[in-house]
Amino acid sequence: MSHSSAPHDFRAGIDAGLHDTTLRANFRRAMDGLMTKRARQFEDPQEWTRLRALGQEIRQRALSKLPDLLERLEENCTRNGIRVHWAEDVAQANAIILEILQQRGITTVVKGKSMVSEEMHLNAFLGGHGIRALEADLGEYIIQLAGQMPCHIVMPAIHLNKTQIADLFADKLGTSPDGQDAEALTAIAREKLREEFRTAGAGISGVNFPVAETGTLCLIENEGNGRMVTTVPPVHIAVTGIEKVVENLEDVTPLLRLLTRSATGQPITTYVNMISGPRRGADQDGPQEVHLVLIDFGRSRVYADPETRQTLQCIRCAACMNHCPVYVRVGGHAYGGVYPGPIGKILTPQLNGLADYPDHPSASSLCNACVEVCPVKIPIAQMLVRLRNEKAGQGTGAVQDAGSGASRVEDAAWKAWAATYSTPLAYRVASAALTAAGNALPASAPLLKAWTSVRKKPRFAAQSLHRTLKEMGVADE
Amino acid sequence: MTTGPPPSAPVFRPLPTGPVTEVYLFGTCLVDLFTPSAGVSTVRLLQREGVRVIFPQGQSCCGQPAYNSGHPEEARTVARAQIPLFCKDIPIVIPSGSCGGMIRQHWPHLFAGQPEEAAARAIAARVWELSEFLVHVLKVSLEDHGTPETVTWHSSCHAMREMGLTDEPKRLLGQLKNVTVAPLQRERECCGFGGTFAVRHADVSAAMVADKCADIEGTGAATVLGGDCGCLMNISGALEHKGSAVGSQHLADYLWERTK
Repeated sequence: MSHSSAPHDFRAGIDAGLHDTTLRANFRRAMDGLMTKRARQFEDPQEWTRLRALGQEIRQRALSKLPDLLERLEENCTRNGIRVHWAEDVAQANAIILEILQQRGITTVVKGKSMVSEEMHLNAFLGGHGIRALEADLGEYIIQLAGQMPCHIVMPAIHLNKTQIADLFADKLGTSPDGQDAEALTAIAREKLREEFRTAGAGISGVNFPVAETGTLCLIENEGNGRMVTTVPPVHIAVTGIEKVVENLEDVTPLLRLLTRSATGQPITTYVNMISGPRRGADQDGPQEVHLVLIDFGRSRVYADPETRQTLQCIRCAACMNHCPVYVRVGGHAYGGVYPGPIGKILTPQLNGLADYPDHPSASSLCNACVEVCPVKIPIAQMLVRLRNEKAGQGTGAVQDAGSGASRVEDAAWKAWAATYSTPLAYRVASAALTAAGNALPASAPLLKAWTSVRKKPRFAAQSLHRTLKEMGVADE
Repeated sequence: MTTGPPPSAPVFRPLPTGPVTEVYLFGTCLVDLFTPSAGVSTVRLLQREGVRVIFPQGQSCCGQPAYNSGHPEEARTVARAQIPLFCKDIPIVIPSGSCGGMIRQHWPHLFAGQPEEAAARAIAARVWELSEFLVHVLKVSLEDHGTPETVTWHSSCHAMREMGLTDEPKRLLGQLKNVTVAPLQRERECCGFGGTFAVRHADVSAAMVADKCADIEGTGAATVLGGDCGCLMNISGALEHKGSAVGSQHLADYLWERTK
């Protein structure tokens, strides 16, 4: 999907994030907590190694037979009474949902957390058609009140502290801003939401793992809002990406063990919902209709290349962003798009094009902290390098807008560098010149300037290692 | 604070069979032009253990700067020029976890499907970061001749996460009886170098190195030690810029100076 709007200004977002001291403190505190909790869950390195290898195998196996699994998913969901819809782009997906709601005269929906629905800008779309969509996840509820996007894929309001949330509630809901602890704030939201669950015409949720073999939709959550959304209203509409399907129920267990422990450091979530269709016969509760909307939104293109396909292994645990030294300093909103952090840096440009997200691939020191904690072993750093290649026009062209960042000046500089560093004589001449006169370069020279704003200029040694070792008589063979 | 998975088993790769009497030194481009002393100290530390050091004069760089900047073609050109220089079947010792990681982890990928693939893989398998070589292969024991001092240790991301180092540098420092290592609070967090990242995203890099400097200064150490000249150039440059009293040094220099 291509946008006609200007490219995302990551640098402006970074600037805003870096200079917001409250935001920096909120993120640091929250990420420290999440990292510590996760580390406690994986204290046995052998168990971690074994489990993540299994997680990787399950996701890779599912992706390797994706077309077949999707057919089986549709077949088995249909058998269970779940109506399956396919959407290639955002417009199609929104139209499908709108049609379901309009046909039934529904004007209010409650929503569980769903990043795919963020990709669809679903709330705004429904609002434009006179349908009110209310977020029922506490974090999502908070940012909906604030008119913001999620800043984190698991903890959408993690950038706000208690005082900020109390002030927001006071402003939007008329509650007292003073003396509100987390429990009191949660109670306020719960009271507001209860009535909405009872009266909403439909519930919309995401899916963690659609299971092909059984036609089951596995959905995990901690607040019970997911269960309310999927059981109380007469219609339940689930939306999910095509890449999320897994083969069978046995595959779900290890993935759940990895997901909850990586995400929040919990051995299991408070609620694990296995949705297998609308209410039947003598059932006392449950929706009368269940719909599943399977969306593509650029995933097929990511899937087509065997290397970039690994991006689709993601189970959305957010461990990569929790451990990212860039994310913790700039915050989730800087990234634009729906997915922040390391996974966002590789997924967003692939789904939406490198031209719209030109600074995503380079905004990493390639420290590999994300790679180290990814529970399904996505080689995020390797993927960032691949996207840099694609951007510079040195990839395979598989990624949308490949070559859009090609620069003749940079190409020429790297060619000159390569010519020098691959020819011993040229390198000898260049290093002699740099050791003799390199220190005369002013600190304001183009590349040095960015460096010297917070650092002293690096000093060339008076004599290279090459020359020193030659003089010492170290063997040159 | 504790982050990331705990260290894995101490010896994680096959050791060379039989005694090691000869090694190659891959000096790295940063050591060559900015910190040649670290290369010299590496040679001295190895020679003291009775190991003959070969330094092919035709060498330059592992190719990482271009590889990480979206220019694999140029990275390959430079890396390809190194391959014939290290053809003897002996270990290649590198005073850098980052350049070591480039060769071990990324050369096989960089040369996949190329005529040099087998040669690149063979070299990748023979690459050792200095501290892992001193600890696991040479099993050195060090005698400290220095005065009492407190230092702190900065782990390079690539040494930890690409070369798989755990505590090798600290095991070496632990052998120095007059040296106390005061740990950083966030030892596993990147210093913000990242090669061209430091200039492409200078503001983020600056924020990262500022936090790293504060962490270093908070330890009360007189010196911060590291095993990678990229990190050290970033950290020492930032410490100097803010007028900090904390010095910095490459591990090889520090070990050699205290034990010679």
